Amino acid sequence: MKILYFAWMRQRIGASNEDMDLPDSVNTVDGLVDWLIARGDGYAQAFAKREVIRAAVNQEYVQFDHAVTNGDEIAFFPPVTGG
Amino acid sequence: MIRVQEEDFDIGAELATFCAGDTSIGGVASFTGLVRDMAPIDGSARTIKTMTLEHYPGMTEKKLAEIEAEANKRWPLAASLIIHRYGTLAPGDQIVFVACASAHRQAAFDACQFLMDWLKTDAPFWKLEDTDTGGAWVEARDSDDKAAARWGKPETAS
Repeated sequence: MKILYFAWMRQRIGASNEDMDLPDSVNTVDGLVDWLIARGDGYAQAFAKREVIRAAVNQEYVQFDHAVTNGDEIAFFPPVTGG
Repeated sequence: MIRVQEEDFDIGAELATFCAGDTSIGGVASFTGLVRDMAPIDGSARTIKTMTLEHYPGMTEKKLAEIEAEANKRWPLAASLIIHRYGTLAPGDQIVFVACASAHRQAAFDACQFLMDWLKTDAPFWKLEDTDTGGAWVEARDSDDKAAARWGKPETAS
């Protein structure tokens, strides 16, 4: 699975993207966030306000109960501020 | 047509070419977004030195193309154009440009507003302001969600 982070999430985690193999126990976006938070403080800080974070699976916005699999591209980012 | 690019653009040249040769067009409307020099944060204004736009290559183009397609479904447009820049910009620089051409002015005006309102809440861009007191990520505004919602778009969960 490819995971991407943008804006202040990228800064707090200290990486713009990473490749990971998901354990069998992780099969939703929410489950992935729980698993990432357990990896360290940077992740815990980045996901501290989970309700404001937006998630995209394969470049489409999804809710956090959306399914994820190892072949997916998943992105986490703050609310967008372009224009 | 959509373009996501680091380099600046020439409004005159874009307007002259994006709908050239179609004599069914009766009106062209456009909007240009610029970098402001002041950032109101915590009630006090701070001077912006530069603004850096980050985006999600791939998803950005996909969302802008969807937003443009939606505008073309809702209004009878002869031509439409979205240009959005990324990278480091200075106050006064152009950030974004939308243009719509139609037989009548109302469709062109409305479609331009729609493109801007939807891209503000859907296109994955983030602004980092470098001010005289340090760097800060621009926060999303409820007023942008409300502006998008008036076109029938549900407000985002955040």
